[in-house]
Amino acid sequence: MRYLVSVIDDKSNPGSTDRRPAISAFNDRLIAEGYWVFAGGLADTDAATVIDNRGEQAVFSDGPFVESKEYLAGVWVWEAPDLDVALKLAAEASKVCDRKIEVRPFQ
Amino acid sequence: MSDVEEAVTRVHHEEWARVVAALTRRFGDLDIAEEAAAEAFTTAVERWPTDGVPPNPGAWLTTTAVRKAIDRIRRENKRDDKHKEAQMVYDNTPPEPLGAIDDDRLRLIFTCCHPALAMQTRVALTLRMVGGLTVPEIARAFLVGESSMGQRITRAKAKIKAARIPYRLPSADDLPARVSGVLAVLYLVFNEGYLASGPDTDPVRHDLTTEAIRLTRLIRALLPQDGEVAGLLALMLLTEARRTARISANGELVSLDEQDRGAWDAELIAEGHRLVRERLAAAAAGVAPGRYQILAAINAVHTSARDVRDTDWSQVLALYDQLVRLDPSPIIALNRAIALAELDGPEVALAIVDRLAEALAGYHAYYATRADLLRRLGQSQQSRAAYDRAIELAGNTGETACLTRRRDQLQ
Repeated sequence: MRYLVSVIDDKSNPGSTDRRPAISAFNDRLIAEGYWVFAGGLADTDAATVIDNRGEQAVFSDGPFVESKEYLAGVWVWEAPDLDVALKLAAEASKVCDRKIEVRPFQ
Repeated sequence: MSDVEEAVTRVHHEEWARVVAALTRRFGDLDIAEEAAAEAFTTAVERWPTDGVPPNPGAWLTTTAVRKAIDRIRRENKRDDKHKEAQMVYDNTPPEPLGAIDDDRLRLIFTCCHPALAMQTRVALTLRMVGGLTVPEIARAFLVGESSMGQRITRAKAKIKAARIPYRLPSADDLPARVSGVLAVLYLVFNEGYLASGPDTDPVRHDLTTEAIRLTRLIRALLPQDGEVAGLLALMLLTEARRTARISANGELVSLDEQDRGAWDAELIAEGHRLVRERLAAAAAGVAPGRYQILAAINAVHTSARDVRDTDWSQVLALYDQLVRLDPSPIIALNRAIALAELDGPEVALAIVDRLAEALAGYHAYYATRADLLRRLGQSQQSRAAYDRAIELAGNTGETACLTRRRDQLQ
């Protein structure tokens, strides 16, 4: 079962910025234990562009699709046998990243 | 009610959770298990009046439900191959011949009480899957509409499936954290039995109180060191001990002060008191008691009094003060006011109760308490109005009868 694991940061109360070494070590463990599928940190939401081509021509707009204090700072994709395993890892991930984590299953 | 109808009702109470648990284990899907169990019971209602009640109704129902489930899976596989995938994770070990039934039901409970589900959803799902209550009964227990309750249960089942919430007992490290959610659920199941809802329902559904006690005992066997498990079990036992004295011959609820205390179950009280003493010893050693332990202690004070006049109300009030600090909910404040009325009089208590009007509007016990205090103060007209409102809101047939009698006795 694959899960999208989102790292959520808060603009008004951001998590600490010195987490990189801890995240690297955690990633190494995810790989060693067979959970790791993909990981990536994201650039600031200011760098996002939304494209809507449902009409006659594509419309580009600057910024993320939704403006909010909380935003997606990075993602993982994990392969885990069930939600209990994913939640246990996510609880560790939240400590490691010093940020909230959302776990959402792929269909 | 005919004999067959009675048999169906009894078998439903006894076998529902077993059938759902067995089917969930076999098919790894709560929705399939629930629907097939419900269909099997419908078939029983249709067939048993002519075919007779089978010698082993539980086995008959499980076999019938398994057939219904296989039929449904075949239908869905024809329609959509995707249904073959994405089934719930479950423990694949074959069912053990002995003791497996309890474990299966426990598995079902821990799945229904999973922390990834909202608290209210856990309670609703457990009442449906384990308790076998209907959606309207659960909606009533929660004071919400039937359709929104139905949706809540449907969404919960969908989440369990989509997110792969496993069907198994939590690991030893996770167990204590998972237990508090289970206890809240079991207490609600107990309360639904203790004060059953529905115009055609008996005032007490002994099956639900028994089920709640049985499952709480099982959790206690797993977690003998957990104070709140012991507290909840003691609370249930001390409440259950008063069951026969609580309902009069004509089905009317008898309040604590009017009960025949000789009819209380001495064995259950002794067991409850033993548990409370065990927790008092732990509290003396510095372990702060949780709300179930305090509620159990309050019930221990009541059940220690051979006559209502011997009740140590100052002790009851001190325990409520402790409880209010832990749980500042208006319902606890209401119960504290009832104890206060015994010590400081109905006028003092009424002033406190009046302040809860907004928070408890729509709660029958608020009006019943108010009616009683007003009656004691000789304010018959206002008391009558409060009784009227309480009768309107009370869902329990025995309670309605008791409130009606009291109202009609007003001068």
